[in-house]
Amino acid sequence: MKRIMVKERAGVFAEDKDTAAGIREMELYPTLAAGKAVCLDFTGVDGATQSFIHAMIRGLVSKIGVEVLDRIDFKGCNDSVKGIISIVCEYSQLDAADDVSEARKSEVLRQGH
Amino acid sequence: MHPKWVNVHPAVVAFTACVAEAVTRNGGGHFGDIPAIRSLPYLVRVGLFDYVKLAHGMNISQHEEAGRFIPLRRLANSKQLSDFIIDMIPLLHAPPTEVEPIRYVISELVRNVLEHASAASGAFVCAQYYKTTRTLAIGIADDGIGILKSLTRSHTAESDWDAICLALRPGITGTTKKLGGNEYNAGAGLFFTKSIACASRNYFVVYSGDALYKLRRVPAGKTIVLHGDPSEDNHTKVTGLPKWSGTVVGIDLSLGQDVPFVSLMELIRGAFSVDVKRQQKDKYKKPRFT
Repeated sequence: MKRIMVKERAGVFAEDKDTAAGIREMELYPTLAAGKAVCLDFTGVDGATQSFIHAMIRGLVSKIGVEVLDRIDFKGCNDSVKGIISIVCEYSQLDAADDVSEARKSEVLRQGH
Repeated sequence: MHPKWVNVHPAVVAFTACVAEAVTRNGGGHFGDIPAIRSLPYLVRVGLFDYVKLAHGMNISQHEEAGRFIPLRRLANSKQLSDFIIDMIPLLHAPPTEVEPIRYVISELVRNVLEHASAASGAFVCAQYYKTTRTLAIGIADDGIGILKSLTRSHTAESDWDAICLALRPGITGTTKKLGGNEYNAGAGLFFTKSIACASRNYFVVYSGDALYKLRRVPAGKTIVLHGDPSEDNHTKVTGLPKWSGTVVGIDLSLGQDVPFVSLMELIRGAFSVDVKRQQKDKYKKPRFT
């Protein structure tokens, strides 16, 4: 399983969204889209913002689907980081139905043309 | 105004510096008198007169900043913000659990400016610690496009007040029409910040355009309830203010607040999902009965 050490990329306070988006696009998405699993290791990270976690996770759920969360291990999270990850995962799933219907709509429009 | 009782919140300091910088950048000059208020040495020391080009006539010895205040800083990019947060923490002389909401709020608010405000000067940040109440007051100001212009790129708002209320709701961002945001923006930064102030039983204020929203304190002993819709919070609405094209945010945070950050996240989680679900439901088409 691919392991990503968040502290090495984002420091002890994970708040830089560009870093988060970089992890998502360069490491998480290619691995998860290939059907593999990933371990996001937060050991040594003592805090994170919702914006950071959102930039890392939300796009994966909308592109790959809610099931992608079954293939991500969130490791070494303290309670506050766990709380923020839980919020983002929860609302990402609320929004996922919308994402799917938007994608279907685009597909139907493409076929219509 | 009695000069003895003038209390200057860091939001006012950040705002004043931001206005002064905008005037300087546009080739204007600074004219005026400086009243002999008791806060003047603080205003000098915090760096206000690096931007307000008036002679204050004071010769201040540089006191140790640690544990008292965070001088005015202008942050123009992500790297400067990250460095600022790292530099700022030791100045607070506070244990890690108390620092958590402070760095969180500063990161979210400054990133809002850097990403959405199109502010020529970046974000002005300033903070002051009040020892007796163990409160940290934070101010952040920018001279960007303001909340109305930023949000109406994707949403409908008739006035600055409507735009502020919309921006405070979770899941609303100017970067997309979609509730819940896109893969880069959730539209939740201001909602989290307001929630942190609310749980800390403190003030939170947003001023943009001609409108100001002020979240009032939750009295001690009263249960804290977070609302996704800011109109449901105990607040003050002010409109018709002098028009400021940018945005100013002020927030007070209690160190050692009675709701730990971890529990706060649980409260936010509840309020967030309830409000996003409600907004999504509002979008559904209703049957038309005639």
